[in-house]
Amino acid sequence: MSAPRIKPAVSMAEIKPELEKLRRRGFLGRALSLGALTMLTGCDLSTHSGVDAALEAMLRFDDRVQAALFSRQRLAETYPPSAITHPFRFNAFYPEWQVRLPPNNWVLNVSGLVTDRRPWTLQALMALPQQEQITRHICIEGWSQIGQWSGVPLHTFLRRVGADLKARYVAFKCFDGYYTSIDMASALQPQTILALDFEHKPLAPQWGAPLRLRIPTKLGFKSAKNLEAIEVTNKYSGGFWENQGYDWFAGV
Amino acid sequence: MNRHETRRRPAHPVAIRVMHWIGVYAMGCMIFSGWEIYNASPSLPFMFPAWTGLGGWLGGALAWHLSAMWLLFADGIAYLVYGFASGHFRRDLMPPRPAEVAHDLAAALRGRLQHHIGHYNAVQRLLYAGVIVAIILQVLTGLSIWKPVQLGWLTGLFGGYPIARGIHLATMFCIVAFVLIHVAMVAIVPSTLKSMIVSVPEEVEENQ
Repeated sequence: MSAPRIKPAVSMAEIKPELEKLRRRGFLGRALSLGALTMLTGCDLSTHSGVDAALEAMLRFDDRVQAALFSRQRLAETYPPSAITHPFRFNAFYPEWQVRLPPNNWVLNVSGLVTDRRPWTLQALMALPQQEQITRHICIEGWSQIGQWSGVPLHTFLRRVGADLKARYVAFKCFDGYYTSIDMASALQPQTILALDFEHKPLAPQWGAPLRLRIPTKLGFKSAKNLEAIEVTNKYSGGFWENQGYDWFAGV
Repeated sequence: MNRHETRRRPAHPVAIRVMHWIGVYAMGCMIFSGWEIYNASPSLPFMFPAWTGLGGWLGGALAWHLSAMWLLFADGIAYLVYGFASGHFRRDLMPPRPAEVAHDLAAALRGRLQHHIGHYNAVQRLLYAGVIVAIILQVLTGLSIWKPVQLGWLTGLFGGYPIARGIHLATMFCIVAFVLIHVAMVAIVPSTLKSMIVSVPEEVEENQ
């Protein structure tokens, strides 16, 4: 298995539309605080456009550093079953009572730079080789918890659908309106899995039924739940939180 | 008394003054944005007042934190290189013996400790050397919770992700405590502020 060389994960041209959105939104639009006033004396406090542009440039720089630090061979720490966090914390961009049930006749759609675009049923996914992991889920807010997931390694799945492994991104779409994307190097890391089970039981709706991404080398918001489509692409597509200002690479 | 005799050397070389104020800005950004990040998921039963935060929300605060860290890192490396190369550390910040600290602290508390601009007494040396160590620890714990997989060896050194996060918070409190003491001392001897801004000749130490 030869490691395909990836180009820099992000180029200016590709993320320009997203940056425009970010710029309009404004990192500082929500509140002016003592911290902002103290640290920004001398900046134009009416628009913050210069400051926002600088912060965006720094986030892109951080993404490049993170991509350079990342190694596909480096594994996230794994834990014994006794370390699993109970109760496991629910987290999404909506409260738990708004959790969506999977649609009837759910299938996983595959598109983009792949040779086989047939949709996948749950049974077909269950027939692929499975892998189990007990790893730490680290939220961008700082808290973390240890969980147990099992499912199909994403690299196995990508090879099975004849994906172009030199493509730059793998993008995920969810039926609850969430979406995200990751770099190909992280997609091929052996612990990145399409999880079907949580603690040896099929995923319950709040844990992302029927299929979720579980990627222990990235922050929690990258492990998209309730998947409905995967696209292999060279086009940057950002993500739900990424387009609001979370850093895109989000590696740990 | 030869207190007012001066040498040509400034109390603080221009490099130190520049690095000091860049460091103040970078550390201010790190602390205020750090409080905003902490507030997103407080690990202790308190929160920082919302109006003290920098960034407006978690995403903005992280953008500030992950930007200012490079400034702090560059400033810190430049300071360490300068400190060793110029002899500043050896001459001015040699960690004091406990007896010296006890002597100078007792004198300071009785209001009897002379302050000579450009020279540090044992308590100052302890505090300044201590905050340098604290900032280095803060950068290392920060890296360990930013990259707990890619820099897993470092995270392991600090006892794993949750403990490293706790040390990062505790070290912040140490740095803030230093800042409070430092600023209070500057308020007591205001001429020190001028010496950190413009070139002021150092005062010659009396023989003790």
